[in-house]
Amino acid sequence: MTSILELKGIGKRFPGVVALDGVDFDLRAGEVHALMGENGAGKSTLIKTMTGVYEPTAGHILVEGNPISFRSPDEAVRHGVSTVYQEVNLVPNLSVMENILLGREPKGPFGIKWRGVKERAEKAVRRLGLDVDVRTPLGSLSIAVQQLVAIARALDVSARVLVLDEPTSSLDAGEVEALFEVVRRLRDEGMGIIFVSHFLDQVYAISDRITVLRNGQKVGTWMAKDLLKIELVSQMIGRDASALVRTESIAQAASSGEAIISAKSVGRRGSVSDVSFEIKPGETLGFAGLLGSGRTEVLRLIYGIDHSDSGTLIFDGKSVSKVRPRDSIHRGIGFLSEDRKAEGIFPELSIRENMLILYQVKQGWFRRIPLLKQKQLAKDLAEKLKVQPPDVERSIQQLSGGNQQKALLARWLAVEPRLLLLDEPTRGIDVGAKFEIMSLVESLRQSGSSFVFVSSELSEVVKTCTQVVVMRDRKAVGTLVGADITEESIVEAIAS
Amino acid sequence: MPNWTAAAAMLVAVLFFNLLFTPSFFHVAIRDGRLFGSLIDILNRAVPVGLLSLGMTLVIATGGVDLSVGAVMAISGTVAAGLIARPPETPFAGGKSVPALAIPAALLAAMGCGLFNGILVAILDFQPIIATLLLMVAGRGVAQLLANGQIVTFSEPSFAAIARGATAMLPNPVWLLAITFVLFSLATRATALGLFVEATGSNPSAANLVGINARAVKIAVYTLCALCGGLAGIVITGDIQAADANNSGLYMELDAILAVSVGGTALAGGRFSLVGSIVGALLMQALTTTILTRGVSPEITLVLKAAVVVTVCLLQAPAFRDSISRYLPKKVPA
Repeated sequence: MTSILELKGIGKRFPGVVALDGVDFDLRAGEVHALMGENGAGKSTLIKTMTGVYEPTAGHILVEGNPISFRSPDEAVRHGVSTVYQEVNLVPNLSVMENILLGREPKGPFGIKWRGVKERAEKAVRRLGLDVDVRTPLGSLSIAVQQLVAIARALDVSARVLVLDEPTSSLDAGEVEALFEVVRRLRDEGMGIIFVSHFLDQVYAISDRITVLRNGQKVGTWMAKDLLKIELVSQMIGRDASALVRTESIAQAASSGEAIISAKSVGRRGSVSDVSFEIKPGETLGFAGLLGSGRTEVLRLIYGIDHSDSGTLIFDGKSVSKVRPRDSIHRGIGFLSEDRKAEGIFPELSIRENMLILYQVKQGWFRRIPLLKQKQLAKDLAEKLKVQPPDVERSIQQLSGGNQQKALLARWLAVEPRLLLLDEPTRGIDVGAKFEIMSLVESLRQSGSSFVFVSSELSEVVKTCTQVVVMRDRKAVGTLVGADITEESIVEAIAS
Repeated sequence: MPNWTAAAAMLVAVLFFNLLFTPSFFHVAIRDGRLFGSLIDILNRAVPVGLLSLGMTLVIATGGVDLSVGAVMAISGTVAAGLIARPPETPFAGGKSVPALAIPAALLAAMGCGLFNGILVAILDFQPIIATLLLMVAGRGVAQLLANGQIVTFSEPSFAAIARGATAMLPNPVWLLAITFVLFSLATRATALGLFVEATGSNPSAANLVGINARAVKIAVYTLCALCGGLAGIVITGDIQAADANNSGLYMELDAILAVSVGGTALAGGRFSLVGSIVGALLMQALTTTILTRGVSPEITLVLKAAVVVTVCLLQAPAFRDSISRYLPKKVPA
């Protein structure tokens, strides 16, 4: 088989970061090639260099043996490399045919030739076996059909390479199967398809070969049928040689007392299903799994941002439904979002106000905390969490990411929650801040607080959790307790 | 440096201009036990917009806007005038004249309007500009229905005194504005309401996650904003001893929005400053009075106001300040 797209020694540097380092990659005609790797491994950077969004700083790209450098996505498209991104990048209030031909409508002396548009759009849609009136506004169709329209658009130019970046993340099982049927047909027509997904089962269902990236480097390329799932997961995660061992106190932490919260096959349509767990005082429950496995969604169900529609959530022995964040706060449950910017900080407010707003909410609007007391409290919290710089009257925007995270953690510590849900609390912050946050969590656990901990870094999960629920494809697939928690056992559970 | 520094500086500049070029602008006389003069006039005439700007500040701080306050002024004025004059062929016909009830009834009607806005915005999730546009348009219709299309005139000295009388040398409306300002400041800064308003406007998702009841906050600010509209409507109605549903408070909501933004409250929501809004309202009125006393034709007033607003807004913008500071001599650290 011949390679239609070949990348040789591709490197990409951003100021201060090496995103890709000497990556080789080849795509054959008539294959589906999966590109795998953890968050930040360099998948999207690699895709962007092969589709003309970025220019590589090293190496070269060959299309059917000819060296080519793409200076824009448009140029890549003209060389037959088309991309469909994770989010549908189309215009919802235009019709299907307008979307398919947007920017390349056949033109005549009187402007756009609408008959030509319709014919070409119908041809493109029929090729995918899609039965839809091309005059329908795109927004009125289901996400799955919109996704297929995006593919039809990508195929309208005579594409030889089709890049599908997480095309299935918003589709349900039936829709995924329909999409795969189209992908298989295109493959059999001789097209080369690059498939990026976090869903392992889907990768195995559709791919011929798999390439794994880690930390900007290529780990290897395998035939899908020769690579066991567990091998794939270990290749993606790698082994962190410096990983610390679990401390004795965590491995032997005995859970005592009544469960603060317990979930019995809790789920929410289109989000997660069948999640069960129990958290007692002094426990740290980890949710492990690949990105997109439904970890965040579970936290959002517990805290009451989303509502479950199956199973039961029991809080302090009482079954609860339709909780709101406000109710959770009053029950002593806290939630630190993974998205600091969108769901955490109040950018216009000071560090002091950002730290104390929850305390104030718990006090009620009428009983304002006197300014002097506020200043003292904020100062103490900043000292306890080593927020740098410690001047709490500054705007929170002047803090680094790690210090903003400490300030947000301080917000919760100020109200002393019994159970704090931490979603990727250490993501995107420096090693020092990471260590401080993790040690603080552990010392609070020892004094009886409980935590739910979600992290993409397995070593952190292993180091801090007294029990681990493993998630795969938005389902809980296993629970590990005590001495059974090791990186290997988690990887095994993810892959099994 | 507070956000309203630019507006305050501009106000000082306008007053300084008058000190130099407008004779007797700063002359204040005492007649019949009250103060008279251009300065007092500016204070007095700034009251309706000043009142509106207080409520508008809170609404804007939550990331919203209230276009309906002008219409709310018309409704509140009509209710007050109706209860005093009891004009025939209106819902107020018959019955005794009840001046004592006029003010509470007018304010209640105004707050009802605010509650309506608040419910549309907070519970039904209308875009604030659309939600309040409804009442901006329909509110004047309601006022006209209440007045049966007439201008309701009355003669009731006790009511007119609100707008025309004076207490301790100063016109009553100035006191009304001062008291309302103090009450608003206490309500927002002596409690945590102000912080919750700012948090809601600064990051609505984060506000939800820390348990702030954003719906209640929004309903409260729209109701307070309409209450200010009601007060302003009473002042205007008392001043002319008539309620004109068509023209009372017409376009005044726009002046209030200008005063708020000139006063340093970002239209995107977040931090707010009640002092800044009052400074903004005074600036707008000082400009108007200056132009009128200098005999410039009123058409030019509007253009000049626009120029001043643009200047103040530019001076507030960090990007603009940075770009001009490059041309200024660098401060040498001591």
